[in-house]
Amino acid sequence: MGLQAYLILAATVFCIGLFGVVTRRNTIGILLGIELMLNAVNINLVAFSHFNATATGLVFTLFTICITVSEAAIGLALVILLFRVRRTVMADHLDLLKG
Amino acid sequence: MLSDIAFWLLSVMLVGSALAVVLSKNLFHAVLWLALALTGTAGVFLLLNAEFLAAVQLLLYAGGVITIVVFAIVVTERLVGERLSQTSRGVASGGLVAAGLLWIIVNTLMQRPLPVTPLPQISDLTRVVGEQVLTTFVLPFELLALLMLAAMLGAIYFARPED
Repeated sequence: MGLQAYLILAATVFCIGLFGVVTRRNTIGILLGIELMLNAVNINLVAFSHFNATATGLVFTLFTICITVSEAAIGLALVILLFRVRRTVMADHLDLLKG
Repeated sequence: MLSDIAFWLLSVMLVGSALAVVLSKNLFHAVLWLALALTGTAGVFLLLNAEFLAAVQLLLYAGGVITIVVFAIVVTERLVGERLSQTSRGVASGGLVAAGLLWIIVNTLMQRPLPVTPLPQISDLTRVVGEQVLTTFVLPFELLALLMLAAMLGAIYFARPED
């Protein structure tokens, strides 16, 4: 398969993740959508790296994976903290800053 | 030919499980579908000759992230019962935004001449990745170590017992 097929696959997964982020009510559901989007970007990086025969994309993917894992740990810690304070993880109910 | 079949199978698996992640009513099921989607991505990496990244993907994502998310669900919700079911809002407008973005990206990709066959591959890719991480990209690598330390300290700080 050509590079185009991989890029279209990644774009599809990215848009599905975006759909999840904008439609989910549960904060954990939103985080799952973000994971999908970051994952799609990794497919792009590895595909470009493969078709241009360089290792740079793979190094970038390695960095992205590490950053995503940190993001998941911090994001979920925030969710647990929010739950402790507000007793809910629904994004609609977290409107403390709304004027 | 075999890699084409593998690509289509992995694509169907990846897109199907990704759709299940965002559409599943049960949050716990959504996490399990995400695990399948991440495993499918590891398969795509294997198809692109990135064996090392496929292993990292399985260990860190499918192993680590899924475990953390399941822990978060156990802490904030009950695993069975009414509270776990989740609803979506603005499905029509959200779908419109996602489909519009997909249309723009695919249109752009179609207009560009992109390589169909890969260039001759580097032999021993994993060794090259390791060398690049410790030479060209050594500063981002060290910053990444700092980031992971900060994330670990932050997570411990957030999770501390209330006093």
